[in-house]
Amino acid sequence: MTPLGRTSEPAQTTRRTPRIGRVGLLAGGLVLLAAVAVLSIGVGARPIPPADVVRALFDFQGTDDHVVVWNMRAPRALLAVAVGAALAVAGALIQTLARNPLAEPGILGVTAGAGFAITLGSALGLAAGQAGELGWAIVGSVLAALLVAAVGRSSPLRLVLTGVALTAVLNGVALGMRLRFPDVFDVYRFWSVGSLAAREQAPLGLPLAAIAVCLVGAVLLSRALNALALGETVAHTLGAGVARVRALALVLITVLSGAATAVAGPILFVGLIVPHLVRRPAGGSVPWLVLYSMVLGAILLLVADVGSRVLLPTGEVPVAIVTAFLGGPVLIWAVRRYGAGSL
Amino acid sequence: MNTRLLHAEHRTVAVSAVLAAVIAGLGLLGLCYGASWATPGEVLAALTGAERSVVITEWRLPRVMAGLVFGAALGVAGAIFQNLTRNPMGSPDIIGLDAGAYTGALIAITVLSGTSAQLATGSVVGGLLVAAVIYLLSSDRGFSGLRLVVIGIAVNAMVTAVNSWIVLRADLEIAIAAVGWSAGSLNGVDWADLRVPFAVIAVLLVGMAALSRDMHQTLLGDAVAVTTGVALNRLRLLMVLIGVGCTATVTAVAGPIAFIALAAPQIGRRLAGAAGVPLLPAALTGAVLLQGADLLAQMLLAPVALPVGVVSTAIGGCYLIWLLTKEVRRA
Repeated sequence: MTPLGRTSEPAQTTRRTPRIGRVGLLAGGLVLLAAVAVLSIGVGARPIPPADVVRALFDFQGTDDHVVVWNMRAPRALLAVAVGAALAVAGALIQTLARNPLAEPGILGVTAGAGFAITLGSALGLAAGQAGELGWAIVGSVLAALLVAAVGRSSPLRLVLTGVALTAVLNGVALGMRLRFPDVFDVYRFWSVGSLAAREQAPLGLPLAAIAVCLVGAVLLSRALNALALGETVAHTLGAGVARVRALALVLITVLSGAATAVAGPILFVGLIVPHLVRRPAGGSVPWLVLYSMVLGAILLLVADVGSRVLLPTGEVPVAIVTAFLGGPVLIWAVRRYGAGSL
Repeated sequence: MNTRLLHAEHRTVAVSAVLAAVIAGLGLLGLCYGASWATPGEVLAALTGAERSVVITEWRLPRVMAGLVFGAALGVAGAIFQNLTRNPMGSPDIIGLDAGAYTGALIAITVLSGTSAQLATGSVVGGLLVAAVIYLLSSDRGFSGLRLVVIGIAVNAMVTAVNSWIVLRADLEIAIAAVGWSAGSLNGVDWADLRVPFAVIAVLLVGMAALSRDMHQTLLGDAVAVTTGVALNRLRLLMVLIGVGCTATVTAVAGPIAFIALAAPQIGRRLAGAAGVPLLPAALTGAVLLQGADLLAQMLLAPVALPVGVVSTAIGGCYLIWLLTKEVRRA
């Protein structure tokens, strides 16, 4: 049996796209991101035309529309951008690190850790309000990821197995608790589908700042990860401190996916799918993979958030569900079109 | 190399013998344990028919047999999919078969009246539909295990999203009942529930035993397998059918007991020190896991019986983590 750790992405030295094409693609992605962001701010119970949105952002007049944009819509769009970028970059890093196209941040146990912590916190009656939920979720996801990284750090296969095992344990225990306490069950089922809505009372400054710092860190670290993707011996000869790079990458993945999960609930499918979609244009270069993932992840979550607001006239479809139905078919199409080996 | 192979063979036999002894012990314990403790002597007398004991032969024996047989079936199903996809993530609960069965059951609970017949039918149909969709989507232009797993994960994500949506929209009591079913439980099974599933599983396991040599040939590589006369496509289809059949049959009776199909083959493989994912250790480990978990599920919060799935994931997960840490120290 070939272990999961089989490298399925040979470090391609062939330049599929010349450098200028890559920069152009990134610029195009950023333009698309800005357009989607303006559209998403305009969509809602009170439609605001794109021109007004831009005017509200850059030339605030204090009209009702402008207040809606600044107080409700823009924060929500910013949240979607941050969460989407964080999840996608965490996914790109873990797939590179585990040399496994199936890895996603969830295998580090962050989702299960956050879910377990929220269950435990509300069972103890200590997770009241959004701030409480946020705190429990962050602590739970970080502790779970630390444990998985400590046990599984020596090989990609072991990392994946440990993550799956810990996820199972935490989910099992948390499910047992939820079945005993109906009110805890109720809290959890709403958290479990993810949401970017009604986060006005949560102290989001800290998680968003952490995400911003780690995104920059991921870009800086991606060159060293490129060396690591060629194999450990090669990385050593190139002078990359393998253990240090790996540890740093694990820290980045933990904080990115932990903060995103704590803020918006488990929307981890983004982390699995976005890196797959940008792997071909990135052509085996980790820095480009990280940059493209960041932009596409943000776009995907913004689109999913718009979808969650407009799909049902009666209320919101949870964003995790929209994401799954946006991402799933695309992933299946990509696998069938290009084969799993090219993932 | 050859001596190592021999050593591994010996070790597999030894490990299997030990596991069989553990299974016998756990089975006996399961028959003794209950609201009133029966001594092993009483149990043996009841089993041989020397004494009549409704409690032992009609209440406890079916539950113990279900734990052992279903555990073995799940272990084999996991080993089949992991061999087929050459990937430890290729287990029925990861690629969405459990989620599909859960969807069927959810529809039975929320839309219909949720009788046990509806639950069983719904879960089998759901599991089979998802399996068919994954198989059709992943089998064109040759077969690739990795492609099957990726497509399985994508389908699983979508089906899981549907499930959480249904749970979210349902009344709290109905939602809790549905999620309780999804944990998997052996509470209240009796012989009437087991006759057909046992017959189905027996046929499937015999069929898999007949295929096991061919299956291990394919692990040497597709080219080797073909030259030694293995009809690859037929073998794969049969393996998928047997794996899905085992999972669906267990799910219909006990609900989707997660994680045993994933953990048992991996634990068995490490115990036996084998190269591939051997079937016998996987089956025996699965039986030990499920029966042990069911005993604990009955004891932990007695007289309230927890769903066995909650306990099996917790034990299996902890044990797998412990095995992995031991490997780290050896390495």
